[in-house]
Amino acid sequence: MMDLVNLFIKAVFVENLALTFFLGMCTFLAVSKKIGTALGLGIAVVVVQSLTIPINNLIYQFLIRDGALAWAGLSEMSLDFLGLITYISVIAAVVQVLEMFLDRYVPSLYNSLGIFLPLITVNCAILGGCLFMVERDYNFSESVTYGVGSGVGWALAIVAMAGVREKLKYSDIPEGLQGLGVTFITAGLMALGFMAFSGIQL
Amino acid sequence: MAGMKGYLDRLRPLFAKGGRYEKYYPVFEMVDGFFYSSPETTHHAPHVRDGIDLKRLMVYVVVALIPCILWSWFNTGYQANLALAKMGMAKTGWRYDLLATLHIGFDAGSILANTVHGFLYFLPIYLVTLIVGGIWETVFSTVRQKEINEGFLVTSMLFTLTLPPNMPLWMVAIGISFGVVLGKEIFGGTGKNFLNPALTARAFLFFAYPAEISGDRVWVAVDGYSGATALSLGKVGGVDEIIKGGLTWWNAFLGLVPGSLGETSTLACLLGAAFLIYTGVASWRIIVGCFVGMVGASLLFNMIGSETNPMVAMPWYWHLVLGGFAFGAVFMATDPVSAAMTSAGRWAFGILIGAMTVLIRVANPAFPEGVMLTILFANVFAPLIDYTVIQLNIRRRLRRHVRV
Repeated sequence: MMDLVNLFIKAVFVENLALTFFLGMCTFLAVSKKIGTALGLGIAVVVVQSLTIPINNLIYQFLIRDGALAWAGLSEMSLDFLGLITYISVIAAVVQVLEMFLDRYVPSLYNSLGIFLPLITVNCAILGGCLFMVERDYNFSESVTYGVGSGVGWALAIVAMAGVREKLKYSDIPEGLQGLGVTFITAGLMALGFMAFSGIQL
Repeated sequence: MAGMKGYLDRLRPLFAKGGRYEKYYPVFEMVDGFFYSSPETTHHAPHVRDGIDLKRLMVYVVVALIPCILWSWFNTGYQANLALAKMGMAKTGWRYDLLATLHIGFDAGSILANTVHGFLYFLPIYLVTLIVGGIWETVFSTVRQKEINEGFLVTSMLFTLTLPPNMPLWMVAIGISFGVVLGKEIFGGTGKNFLNPALTARAFLFFAYPAEISGDRVWVAVDGYSGATALSLGKVGGVDEIIKGGLTWWNAFLGLVPGSLGETSTLACLLGAAFLIYTGVASWRIIVGCFVGMVGASLLFNMIGSETNPMVAMPWYWHLVLGGFAFGAVFMATDPVSAAMTSAGRWAFGILIGAMTVLIRVANPAFPEGVMLTILFANVFAPLIDYTVIQLNIRRRLRRHVRV
């Protein structure tokens, strides 16, 4: 149990997908203008992340990995080469379901997220999470924890970013840096703050 | 003084709109504003009538820093003289020549010798900070036609006090450049930034040149003298190890320990805190919040206990006096620009800093000290804390409204 708590905290702070690996930057920079929208997208990412990583974990364990098909009597077979395409398809399917769900029940959030909702499909934070899961060989319970944790970490980062950007509305930024320029710098400075956790051992 | 005022007033038309040096008006304004109060009034709303303006606010912070500054001179010299006496090494370099010429000597028992020796370490660092940071400030103000702000005096003083005395000067210059330009001027100068510029500069140096500033070596201003800081001793063996290393709680409280220039003395920081709270410049909620968070987290760790990590057992009164906790809580966390703005938010902000500092000290073997990064982390979350407080307040009032 303690291991899972550690893994969760590590996924949220120490190995924050957005601010230590800089994954999912496109949405991180584009949808962080308002706290409300950022929170919505953050929750969407948490949902997608905590569904796709365990699902992909099951697929990886029982279909794709080397010798995973032993239960079907095909212990020589390895479907490794299908990994990437399978993970992406699972992500796309989950995002599609989520999109239909939001369209039906939370239309305001659906409209404010706009194109960035379908773009979660190609959000590198999501695929990155799946690939980290494969690389680190998590078992099922670990993959659930990691999925929720990494999603929460990314959501936390984008909401904090939106908070800072709402504050920066009152700043007087040099012309050439307005918009994306200063947002990149802000992301870098935020990462400096997140460095506090690097190397934490629980 | 009257002559000076007349001279400045005669120069004014040259710099005013249409004058020959119109471009350099911010520089003139700075010099003029430094000596006399500004004849200009605020141009846009909101207009607040109050005896205290930004200039006085910043000067108050510098006044509150005086105990820390004086202590930094004394203690830096004291530690250096002690180390010199212990090692009996040859005294070379301009500081030693100067001290020998002035017949001040290197006696660790003499307050004068210590203070002058320490001052000779403080001065170059402070001058480099002022000059390099000042150049950046002037360049940005001149190009962007803004006032040069007194806030920089505070930033440069705070930055200087967080550095180890033997920091190479070119690193000081790079650090303050990063802090002033990327931490502040990019966002439009004083009051527009979201991170504390002095801490941004310090953190940049911390990650860029870890060998110089990592905190594992004792920060005594004598070449070749090495040992371990109190906090890294604590990592090895807890409080017992620190006391075995020759430190008592009172020494740590007074600040008679090796460390960065100005952050060793908890007493000096508390004096500054009293002044800042009395004048209303710093928020007492943040300072008390830091303290509460620190005590709470260390009591929690004490309760949990651990066999492998001696830091877990360190009691809160040791956490208070070691490292830069007091300095950070009093002077860095209370920066009115980068801290949380709402009252409830300030409590949360302070408690976050206090608790996370202890967490990093205890659980992170990579950094012996956590105050600096913790405050930066809390700065990042300060707008979000404020947002949450405001939203909760709105919700509460809505509910009250509906009930009536």
